[in-house]
Amino acid sequence: MNWLLIIGAIAFWLAAWALNIWLSNSYPKSRFVQMFVPVSFGVTLLVLWEGIARGANVPTVLLPPPSMIWERITNSLPILQEDFIQTFVKSALRGYVLGCGAAFLVALAIDRSPFLQRGLVPVGNFVAALPIIGIAPIMVMWFGFDWHSKAAVVIVMCFFPMLVNTVEGLKASEAMQRDLMHTYAAGYWQRLFKLRLPAAAPFIFNGLKICSTLALIGAIVAEFFGTPLAGMGFRISTEVGKMNIDMVWAEIAVAALAGSVFYGTVSLIERAVTFWHPSMRR
Amino acid sequence: MDAKAKNGWRASLLPVATVIAAIVVIWYIAAACLNFAWERDQSERAVQKGSEAATFSQMLTNTMSQKRPVLPAPHQVGQELWKTTVEKKVTSKRSLVYHGWITLSATLLGFLFGTILGMLLAVGIVYNKAMDMSVMPWVIASQTIPILAIAPMIIVVLNAVGVSGLLPKALISTYLSFFPIVVGMVKGLRSPDAMQQDLMRTYNASGSQAFWKLRLPASMPYLFTSMKVAVAASLVGAIVGELPTGAVAGLGARLLAGSYYGQTIQIWSALFAAAILAGTLVAIVGLVGRLVERRMGMTR
Repeated sequence: MNWLLIIGAIAFWLAAWALNIWLSNSYPKSRFVQMFVPVSFGVTLLVLWEGIARGANVPTVLLPPPSMIWERITNSLPILQEDFIQTFVKSALRGYVLGCGAAFLVALAIDRSPFLQRGLVPVGNFVAALPIIGIAPIMVMWFGFDWHSKAAVVIVMCFFPMLVNTVEGLKASEAMQRDLMHTYAAGYWQRLFKLRLPAAAPFIFNGLKICSTLALIGAIVAEFFGTPLAGMGFRISTEVGKMNIDMVWAEIAVAALAGSVFYGTVSLIERAVTFWHPSMRR
Repeated sequence: MDAKAKNGWRASLLPVATVIAAIVVIWYIAAACLNFAWERDQSERAVQKGSEAATFSQMLTNTMSQKRPVLPAPHQVGQELWKTTVEKKVTSKRSLVYHGWITLSATLLGFLFGTILGMLLAVGIVYNKAMDMSVMPWVIASQTIPILAIAPMIIVVLNAVGVSGLLPKALISTYLSFFPIVVGMVKGLRSPDAMQQDLMRTYNASGSQAFWKLRLPASMPYLFTSMKVAVAASLVGAIVGELPTGAVAGLGARLLAGSYYGQTIQIWSALFAAAILAGTLVAIVGLVGRLVERRMGMTR
C-alpha cells in the first residue's frame, strides 16, 4: 500500500476537475476549452487508474495499470495487427458493407410498396431489439470457423437497424418538396437521387453509425464460438483463460481505438454529405 | 389509445401477418434445402449397405424431423420450446423456464442499475457544465468500445475475486443499458422550452422545484423510449455474460452448450426463448410508459 501514490492521483484528479469547472464556466464558447476539457478528463481517469492500481497494489490479474498495458501493446504489435486484420478488416468490415448495402437495397425495393413497408418495418423494429448475437453459434456451424461466419453474423446484426432507418429516411421528404419535383416532371430515379436520398441521408447515416459499433461487437463475440488461431475475440477468450489480463486490455484498447476511428470516419463522411442539416450547424 | 392509432395498428396487422407468414414459408423451404444433403447421404449409404434407396418425397419428409438438422423446421423448434417450458418441471436443469429466469434476473438487476446510473449521470450532465463538457464525450466514446468484448474478462476476473453468480452479468447489462438512458434523459431534461422555464421563474420556483415539477415530468416520454432500448441491450449483455462462465446456466449457456454438442434445435429454441423474453420486456416497459404518461395527462 503506497498512500503517497493514491493521494497524489486523487489530488491530481481533484485539481484537474477544478480546472475543468473553472475553464468550462469561464470560457464555455472557446473551441480550445471544448477540446481540452474532455481530453483532460480522460487523462485524469488514466492517472487515477494508474495511481490506485499501483498505490493500492491491486493484483495485476485484476486490474493492470495503464502503463503495463501500454508496454504490452508496444511489445506485441505483430499479434495485435494480425488479430486486427482477422477481426476488423476481414469479418467486421466485410459484414458491415454487405449488411448495410443489402439493407439499403431492400429498403429501396420495398419503398415502392406501402404494404410491404407496413409489414416489414414493425418486424424489423422487433428484430432489431432481439439478441441477434445469439445466432453466432449457428453461423459458425454453417459457415465454418473462418471470417465467413463472423461476417454473416455482422450482416444479420446490421441489416435490421439499417433497414428501419433507411425506410424511415425515405419518408422524410416533405409533401411540398415532392410536389415541386412533380411540377418539374421528375421521374422516379430523378426524384430518388435529387430529393429523397439526400433527405434520407441523416437517417441513413444514423443507421450506419449504429451499425459501425454493432459490426465490431458482432465480429468479436462471434469469435467466442470458434475461430482460426487469430482474431480479437479469440485472443481475449484465450488470454483470459491464461490470466494474461494485460494482453486482454491491450486487445480492448485496440478494439476501442478501431471502434472509435470507425465511428469517427462515418461521422466525418456524414458531416461532408449532410452539411445542410440543422444539426450540423455550429 | 386514440382512434387514429388504433386504426393504424389494425391497418398494419395484415401486412405484418403476411410478412411473418412469408418468413415461415421461406424457413420451411430453407430447412428442406439445407437438410436435404444429409438425407441424400444417408440414402446413398443405405444403398451401399444393400437396402433400398429412399424416394425423393420420403427424403423430403425426413428433412423435417432430423435429430440434428442444419436448420431445424419451425415446428421442431416449437415442439422443443413446448417440451422444455411446459412439460418440464421449472426447477429441472433442462427447463427453459429455469434458464430463462436466471438470464432474466441478471437482466433486470443490470437494467435497474443502468437506469439509476443513467438518470444520475443525466442529471449531473444537465446541471453541471463541466460534467457536460467532460463526461458526455466519454459516455459516447464508451459505446464505440465493443464492451461485449470485455464481458468474459469481467466475469472471469470477478470470479477470481470471489464475486460470482448474478452480479458480474448484471454489471455487463448495466454498462450496456446506461448509455441509452443517459442520452435520452439528457434530451428529456432539456426538453422544456424557454417559455416553460420562464413560467417557473415567474412562480419563483426554486431549482429543485423546477426539477421535480417541470424537468423530470417533461423527461418521462424520453426516459421510457430509451428504457425500451436499454432493456433490450441489457438482455443481450446478460446473455453474452453467460458465455464465458463455462455454460452453467442461463439462455447464453444453452446457446454455448448447444453449439458444443451440435444440438441445433436446442440453440434455436434458446434463441427463440431469448427473443420472446426481449419482446415481452420491451412490451412491458412500453406499457408502463404509456400508463405513466396517461396518469400524468401527457397522452392526448
